[in-house]
Amino acid sequence: MSLNDNPMIKNGLLLSLFALACTGLVALVNSMTHDTIAIQQQKQLTETLTQVIPTSLHDNALFEQCILVHSPELLGSQNALPAYLAYKNQQPVAIAIEAIAPDGYSGEIKLIIGIDNEGKVLGVRTLSHQETPGLGDKIELRKSDWVTHFSGLLFSHNADEWKVKKDGGQFDQFTGATITPRAYVNAIFKALSFVEQNRQALYQSHVKCEGNHE
Amino acid sequence: MSNYREIANQGLWKNNPGLVQLLGLCPLLAVTATITNALGLGIATLLVLMGSNILVSLVRDYVPKEIRIPVFVMIIAALVTCVQLLINAYAYNLYISLGIFLPLIVTNCVIIGRAEAFASRNSLAHSAFDGLMMGLGFTAVLVVLGASRELLGQGTLFDGADLLLGDWASSLTIHVWQVDTPFLLAMLPPGAFIAMGLLIALKNVIDSKIKARQPKTESVAVTRARITKVS
Repeated sequence: MSLNDNPMIKNGLLLSLFALACTGLVALVNSMTHDTIAIQQQKQLTETLTQVIPTSLHDNALFEQCILVHSPELLGSQNALPAYLAYKNQQPVAIAIEAIAPDGYSGEIKLIIGIDNEGKVLGVRTLSHQETPGLGDKIELRKSDWVTHFSGLLFSHNADEWKVKKDGGQFDQFTGATITPRAYVNAIFKALSFVEQNRQALYQSHVKCEGNHE
Repeated sequence: MSNYREIANQGLWKNNPGLVQLLGLCPLLAVTATITNALGLGIATLLVLMGSNILVSLVRDYVPKEIRIPVFVMIIAALVTCVQLLINAYAYNLYISLGIFLPLIVTNCVIIGRAEAFASRNSLAHSAFDGLMMGLGFTAVLVVLGASRELLGQGTLFDGADLLLGDWASSLTIHVWQVDTPFLLAMLPPGAFIAMGLLIALKNVIDSKIKARQPKTESVAVTRARITKVS
């Protein structure tokens, strides 16, 4: 009995041939686009980072000084999150740290905060979220300038100040949405406390990021 | 050439994947909050649909019917992955805003539906054309839904067009009117369901108007290649 007579074997061979061809195609496109994708991600990251740490403050490439930070209590995630160190003349001047607000209206809100050595907020941006369009999504710069109000604020240990107005704090909530800003402000406060407590350790951290992080 | 006219008519109107076959509803409803997203997903689906129709038509004589479905699935999965990689590389922002719905094109029943119902038994040229027309029909429904939801929801058209087309397109955004509080229903999935229902109703009204206008002689030839049970 030759190979071709057995339909099982023939079909099996054909299927594996197709599997090979399809995998080959994907591998080819992958190798063609791999570099461009890496560049795009880096560009995106650099763009966000310059919004939370002004370029005038530092002279290093931020995405190259990436460390991993782990603090479920204050950064809101079981996983280690990336943070980026800014240097000027070899001296650390600021840190951009990713944090997660786990108690958003619909799931986690991922944000990044730039903080300088005096505990001043340089900038805050939302990285990803699933808040209600039209209500909670005012945390996006594209929709509202709400996040820019954090810039320039100084960290204080008085947790009562870092609350939305409804809870007696200083931050505006949006019309119809209190949960989102409450979670957001809280996440910033916690991240600031974390940096305040661990600044030196962070600057000396040797836990480097591997590969790309979003 | 009347063959091509029939294929075009099927894809764009008579057997429109969105309005008549009701295939691919999940992405259809989920990403049509703005025209930009709708158009992006529409084009991505169109590319995959054309590609898969072409490939399936090319191999149709070599694939025994017992293993045609796994072969089609492999072809479609490979194509979707390629399109996803390409969009990731050359339209990064669109990649971010389409999110999970880009890889999910793989599960869009229109694609395997056309592979099975059309491309596996028609010539290369016809299959490619069918893919193009079905893709255009699907994209058209996406865009109309996107436009109406964006207009009602946030009073703009082409908001964020620069994500899809590059920076020059940011000037395309039209602010039709100013909304202080966006019309939430239009922007959330339930609004998409309602809009979709209205759109189907509109199509049926137009169809029955056309039918009423025509003399009864033509109503014999019903050549629908309609598939309702795929996937």
